[in-house]
Amino acid sequence: MRLGVGRPAPAGRAGAPPPGEPRRIGYLYVLPALVIYALFLLWPLLHGAWLSLFHWDGLTVGTWAGLGNYRQTISDPQLRGAFGHAVVLLFFYAILPCCIAFVLVAAMSRSRPRGMTFFRTVLFLPQVVAMVAVAVAWQWIYSAHGPVNGTLRLIGLGGLARGWLGDFTWALPSVGLIGTWAEIGLAMVLFLAGVQKIPQELYEAARVDGAGAVAEFFAVTLPGLRRELAVALTLTTIAALRNFDLIYLTTGGGPGDATKVPAYEVYNRTFNTGEVGLACAIGITIAIIVFAVTAGVGRLVEGRA
Amino acid sequence: MTSRAERLATYGVLSLFAVIAVFPLLAVAAQALALPHLSFGAFTAAWRQGHFARYLTNSLIVVTVVVVVASVLSILAGYALGTMDFRGATTLFYVFLAGLMVPTEAIVVPLYFDLRSVGLDNTLPGLMLPQIAQSVSFGVFWMRAYFRSAPRSLIEASRMDGASSWTTLRRVLIPVGRPAILTMVVLIAMWTWNEFLLALVIMNSNEDRRTAPLGLSIFQGQHQTEYQPLMAAALIVAAPVVLVYVFLQRHFIAGMLSGAVKE
Repeated sequence: MRLGVGRPAPAGRAGAPPPGEPRRIGYLYVLPALVIYALFLLWPLLHGAWLSLFHWDGLTVGTWAGLGNYRQTISDPQLRGAFGHAVVLLFFYAILPCCIAFVLVAAMSRSRPRGMTFFRTVLFLPQVVAMVAVAVAWQWIYSAHGPVNGTLRLIGLGGLARGWLGDFTWALPSVGLIGTWAEIGLAMVLFLAGVQKIPQELYEAARVDGAGAVAEFFAVTLPGLRRELAVALTLTTIAALRNFDLIYLTTGGGPGDATKVPAYEVYNRTFNTGEVGLACAIGITIAIIVFAVTAGVGRLVEGRA
Repeated sequence: MTSRAERLATYGVLSLFAVIAVFPLLAVAAQALALPHLSFGAFTAAWRQGHFARYLTNSLIVVTVVVVVASVLSILAGYALGTMDFRGATTLFYVFLAGLMVPTEAIVVPLYFDLRSVGLDNTLPGLMLPQIAQSVSFGVFWMRAYFRSAPRSLIEASRMDGASSWTTLRRVLIPVGRPAILTMVVLIAMWTWNEFLLALVIMNSNEDRRTAPLGLSIFQGQHQTEYQPLMAAALIVAAPVVLVYVFLQRHFIAGMLSGAVKE
């Protein structure tokens, strides 16, 4: 599978441009895209950063807060809880799927199975289904008479049956497992593509050296999949932070505060509690974390390359 | 080099996870169709009670406009940033690229107040414009990569023939770049069709202009445990994207895994 658009970019264009190379007209081509992008993405972002510096209920005149909203984001027990839940979900959305997919794909790295297009298509399917529909499906799966409880009763563990999404202890892991379900296919598809690109000779060489399955994993598969692992961790981490749809539709942050996450708090603090400045501070914080994760994982990979 | 047992284990693992991936969706379909009796009653009920004819039309309008406008703008900007040398071109590219890392959660609240102050809240253009902006961010990144990879000789030959930059784009680069453009189009279409948070906030009081995912969430609120019509409604909303995906999966997967950060 190709991840890019084909041929590598032409080498640097350091020299003077050939005569007739169009230059200034470039601005004209970029302008329409830039105008809409600036008005409806850059401006709201800056406006949000500005609003995050005020105490504002969305109606009356706001008062200057400085970094007060950011301090509250860190110190408010409820918000700290929300970020704590995000860390738990990070495990379910990113760590768990990547680990499972990695081990599975590594285990089958020696064979080149046929029918990969079919498996790839099916494994990747959860990524393209509207989160709204996913939420509806899982709400039924976790419901009192849904398949999870049905299976438990069938194997004589009926005592464990419960409304999973309404349970203070189990709601968060239950939502997390929906994330695992959605992301595991993405990780598998990425790693399967990467494994195909590891030269078969490397495995043969490792075997000639008498490497066992475990040694082979650390010597050949792990380094060969480093790039794919970085992409998978980045994409799944961001998915874990941007899960407003799923939380809003399955639990609404409940029961109590059990599944409140930062993405949900942005909405909640704006429209339910009238803390618009605080909501903006949470939104900007999410953006900063996304930016840091993207830059950090990229650097980690490049640094060891 | 591989043993039979090894190969069987590989297929076993792949099949197990394939089943896990499709199970919730098959379960939804089975319930919606009341299998094994096969009845479309739930669909007609959901379709009528959920006003899905109207909501699907709204979604279709939003997707069409966002895809067409964002694609044209992205091709134009990506062409300039990928093939022309002008002051600030690299900086401009990074400005667009940064947009890929801006989550909707960071802009939705200020957008709500901005759109309200200019009277664009609860209107289709108010829902389209921010999505065009988000799509352009990916589109410019994607199309610039294509234009940079297009053979330099193609562009130079066209210029030698006396073609303007516009003619080169129209006659040479766009026809050759159809696969790249198609990938961009299906991804923008999917993201726009599935968008929920923006629709929820921007269409907060105009029931006539709800999109399909927003309609489904409202329908869910009204039919908490009536799973049959609920599943039918979920299927109605998810099916269009899934159908396109089945035929163009290569484009979806290549685009979404391109290292692009948007989802």
